[in-house]
Amino acid sequence: MFPLLWLIPAIPLASFLVLALLGDRRLPHAVTSWLGAGSVGLSALLTILIGAQFLAAPPAGSAYAQTLWTWIDSGGLRLGIDLRLDSLSLTMSFVVTFVGFLIHLYSTEYMASDPGYNRFFACMNLFVAAMLVLVLADNLVLLYLGWEGVGLSSYLLIGFWYREEANGHAARKAFLVTRVGDTAFAVGLFLLYSSLGTLQIQPLMQGAAAGWAPGSAVATAAAALLLAGAVGKSAQLPLQVWLPDAMAGPTPVSALIHAATMVTAGVYLIARMHAVFSLAPAVMLATAVIGAATLLLAGMSALVQRDIKRVLAYSTMSQIGYMFLALGAGAWSAAIFHFWTHAFFKALLFLGAGVLIAALEEDHDIFHMGGLRKRQPLAFWTFLIGAASLSALPLVTAGFYSKDKILFDVWTSPAGGPVLWVAGLIGALLTALYIFRVVFRVFFGAPSSKVLAASPMRQPGIRIAIPLVVLAVLAVGAGIVELPETLGNVPALSNFLSPVLPPAPAAGATIGFEAFLEFDAAAAALFGLALAWWFFLHRPAWTAKLADSSAGSALGRFWFAGWGFDRLYERSIIQPYVLLARLNKNDVFDWLADRLVARPYAALGRFVRSDFIDRVFAAIAAINAAAARALRALQGGYARWYAAGIVAGAIILIAMAVL
Amino acid sequence: MTQIPLEHGLILAAVLFALGLTGVLVRRNLIFILLSLEVMLNAAGLAFVAAGSRWQQPDGQILFLFILVVAAAEVSIGLALLLLLQRRTASLSIDDVSGMRG
Repeated sequence: MFPLLWLIPAIPLASFLVLALLGDRRLPHAVTSWLGAGSVGLSALLTILIGAQFLAAPPAGSAYAQTLWTWIDSGGLRLGIDLRLDSLSLTMSFVVTFVGFLIHLYSTEYMASDPGYNRFFACMNLFVAAMLVLVLADNLVLLYLGWEGVGLSSYLLIGFWYREEANGHAARKAFLVTRVGDTAFAVGLFLLYSSLGTLQIQPLMQGAAAGWAPGSAVATAAAALLLAGAVGKSAQLPLQVWLPDAMAGPTPVSALIHAATMVTAGVYLIARMHAVFSLAPAVMLATAVIGAATLLLAGMSALVQRDIKRVLAYSTMSQIGYMFLALGAGAWSAAIFHFWTHAFFKALLFLGAGVLIAALEEDHDIFHMGGLRKRQPLAFWTFLIGAASLSALPLVTAGFYSKDKILFDVWTSPAGGPVLWVAGLIGALLTALYIFRVVFRVFFGAPSSKVLAASPMRQPGIRIAIPLVVLAVLAVGAGIVELPETLGNVPALSNFLSPVLPPAPAAGATIGFEAFLEFDAAAAALFGLALAWWFFLHRPAWTAKLADSSAGSALGRFWFAGWGFDRLYERSIIQPYVLLARLNKNDVFDWLADRLVARPYAALGRFVRSDFIDRVFAAIAAINAAAARALRALQGGYARWYAAGIVAGAIILIAMAVL
Repeated sequence: MTQIPLEHGLILAAVLFALGLTGVLVRRNLIFILLSLEVMLNAAGLAFVAAGSRWQQPDGQILFLFILVVAAAEVSIGLALLLLLQRRTASLSIDDVSGMRG
């Protein structure tokens, strides 16, 4: 089974090629659906079969490496198309293909009437293939290829409805902002190669652990550059501004790329390169602080958004902030566990939101919804399950187990501590508050006029219902892979990942203390839920008055704009850049020459006004005109004259070199 | 077998190069300009092969293969341009395409 590993990314890639090359007109609708969704389904099936064999009979060293062919062999650098299957890449591949398949299935119905149906599936398949290359790569250059591939398909899909200018703008913004991080990542690769002489991930980690002193400058620089790359891709502070705008893409795209998989590539990168990070405690601390700050800032911004997809986008930033917090505390497997549960419940929430948006004719505003509980029962129940899992309601949801593990590890890890834990706890309260604000606003209360007007509503068909139900089951049940000591003690995922990721550094916490932390996390989530009920269902008028008060509305506007980061970047980077570009366009030297020479010169001429001096000026003008005529002859438009010019120049250069 | 001296090869290459260059400069017909360009490319290739033979290295012949490929690509584009030019101006004179005159 293992030698078939290369087929996992190859099948979606082949499907992408067929869809992209044959194009819209030549492929019937049904063929596109089967190719687009079927290829990812096949890939998912293969991943499950390979995964089953991996679990039943692990390969030697708990990893299977496959080199397809030599990719680059130049100087001392030798890189292959190297794939590596270990427990980490298997977990990631499973989520990418399985959730990817469900979302493709959903899209066959959701996007059915879109004129760009074929293009949509081509780009989605390209994304899946690139993401699989990213997670399966065994050297950093191949990983970078996948990294750029997912960036490209993200760009293509954010700007999928390219006829609207705003969408193209959002796509360019996402591409350029992540490019900042990607550039840092590339510089990090150069640094790693120049100091360790390899880019294969495993020798690299061994070399770093053996050759670099903990806290040394080179380890810190390498880890910081990798962190910058991860921050860009995963939409963390300070490169988070692209993610809310990325919601311009179709909803399945937001579910797959901007929630479940691509934005967690940064988490994967840090977990994959954990040996380098372990050697740089300062960067670990920075990772944890960035995660904590992002989860709080994004949680507050999510609280005031009106667009349902933007709420979920800020929520994604916030949840990835949790993963960064865990990574910063050295709790690698907790971060991957949260990635695992988050992929299910966040994809579920996006797909549920897609049903509502489609039913209300592309209206994203939660204030135009209301009372949808009876009218969209399937969307209501699945969205409710997703919201419960996101806000980590205790015991019954998967999100509780992963978030609880992060909070526990953050407190007990020597790199974490109570301050970061408190940030995570406040974030848990905010999470329940903002997501149940959406639930109460959208599904409860009186139906809005918009809802009443849209009757009968478009109801989801079977191909939308199946992904919703499957994901809802997983949003509840996916937590059983890792149960804490107090509740059954099944550390299956940590054990599974332990050959790749070392266990979290715990400072001997007792079971009673663990139960106390769990109780706090559960209480925060429930308190957030209760607050949401009070603010948005019990006393909505009171909340509206609070939001309209001068302080409340100012704060609300500030949060709504995502803490003003867009404006900050607009003022500090974009506007100076545009100014510079404009100066260059008008040729700054011309401008300077005009101001410094020509104008004073003309003023002098006006001042002197004597015949003799006039004649001197006239002579200068005549000389200039003659020179212009002579120079113009050179630009005769005759290609042979240009060739002769090149030859003359070459002869002069050679003569200068020889003499 | 006696070696042909390197100088002979280089002189031949220089003569060919100069011939080709003259052709490019004095011919107006685009077909002949392309032909002359080919002569120049082959002159460069000959210099490579001669140098490769002098030092008994395969690099010279490898580079000649590169030059062949580049020449093929160049000719295909050149002939496409030639066709376009013929259709547009009904002539093959390079001097008829001087619309960029300053």
